[in-house]
Amino acid sequence: MDVLTTWFHDLMAGNAIFTAQTIGYYWDGLVTTTQLVFLSLVIGLVLAVPLAIGRSSDRRWISLPIYVYTYVFRGTPLLIQLYIIYYGVVFFDGIQETFLWPMLREAFYPALIAFTLNTAAYTTEIFRGAIKATARGEIEAARAYGMSDSLMMRRIILPSAFRRALPAYGNEVIFMLHASAIASVVTLMDLTGAARFIYARYYAPFEAFLFVAAIYLCLTFAILYFFRWLEKRLLAHLRPQS
Amino acid sequence: MKKLLTISILGAALAAGTAQARDYDHVRIGVDVPYEPMEYRGADGELTGFDIELGNALCAEIGVTCEWIEQEWDGIIPGLLARNYDAIMSSMSINDERRQTVLFSDSYITIPGAWFAPEGSELSEINEETLSGKSIGVQRGTTYDSYATDSYGRIATVNRYSTADDMVLDLQAQRLDIVFLEYVVGQATLLQSDEGDYHVVGEMVTEPAEYFGEGFGIAFRQRDEALAKRFNEALATLKADGTYDEIHERYFGEE
Repeated sequence: MDVLTTWFHDLMAGNAIFTAQTIGYYWDGLVTTTQLVFLSLVIGLVLAVPLAIGRSSDRRWISLPIYVYTYVFRGTPLLIQLYIIYYGVVFFDGIQETFLWPMLREAFYPALIAFTLNTAAYTTEIFRGAIKATARGEIEAARAYGMSDSLMMRRIILPSAFRRALPAYGNEVIFMLHASAIASVVTLMDLTGAARFIYARYYAPFEAFLFVAAIYLCLTFAILYFFRWLEKRLLAHLRPQS
Repeated sequence: MKKLLTISILGAALAAGTAQARDYDHVRIGVDVPYEPMEYRGADGELTGFDIELGNALCAEIGVTCEWIEQEWDGIIPGLLARNYDAIMSSMSINDERRQTVLFSDSYITIPGAWFAPEGSELSEINEETLSGKSIGVQRGTTYDSYATDSYGRIATVNRYSTADDMVLDLQAQRLDIVFLEYVVGQATLLQSDEGDYHVVGEMVTEPAEYFGEGFGIAFRQRDEALAKRFNEALATLKADGTYDEIHERYFGEE
């Protein structure tokens, strides 16, 4: 143990990179990344539920526009969407005078808008797949009970669709965390932004990026375990009885 | 035995190679283009700029032929060490950190940094009070980034960009209140552009030396002391006979 402490002490003493100041940058980066990813996932999820229901509708005038939206946002890179929203909005004349500008001026909100629209598109398609996969027997049983469409959606289809969508949605959450690394191109100091700053300042790519990679790994572990716990709880009825 | 002999011969040859200073009659110089007006391509596609013209004049004075090799900034020092070229003349600030890996000539020019704000900005001077709550644009990893972060990072927002172009775009979009960069580059991209009107706020910044170095120098490999000496002597000659002033005037006007 003593060896380990001395080794750690030597390591910390011999470096100019991991000082209280740079750890502070990483901490601020962690807070920004967490806020950005969490908010975009929550808003995206709220948007995705009605969109997924509309997307599985038989009425073309409802499902087609939603299909176009998901196609566009899944068919273009998130980086391009971020560029368009961040640099694109300023080409609307007079945007600086509108009530939107105090938000669009900061890098955070354009990034939040881009991430939310992107994750909402993917989540819509995940839920739509799960809704489509509802067993016919369940639907027929609901009809036999005389349930209306909306009641059936609320009580039968959505609860089972959510359960089926859970593993795929867990992946989407992890993808979103990793995709958030591009936020630093629009000056946002997220985790990756902090790492790039420290790399450029100390010419130390290995230390700066390995450290930040370790933080992303920890975050991913937390998400993985949360979804594993959720799946165990919600999908308990599907496990073989022992 | 045979193997040992080969190794010792090889070792001796290597030792002789490093000990002997190379006598250059052809010097390859690494440069990161474009960085107007220090190095860029003119309308005819030829390399030009202050560094290029001064470099060519220095080579002529020494009596060697010069070849310019383009190299991006990230890898410009590793390229020198890997012998892709023999010198770097690319607006490189002399500082102690770089001195650990390369050998610098005497400083051949000092370019100040400057703050640029849009016309009509309420900023008229630079201090902690006026910059409080403002957003400052800098290029990531430059000396300007370090200085702005350390001096005003606590009271203002420092936004870091990969390229000067992105930064100028956000200054035009009014996302930034002020930007901090090399004066001559700001002059070429902001003051002389038609997009909008900008002006310099406050004094030119050359101090403290710990950030802004001791001016620009030509970088060589550590062992090429003889070559650095020849360039230093040539620089002194050009400064004495007026050639240096003539080139300087062409790019930066009268002092």
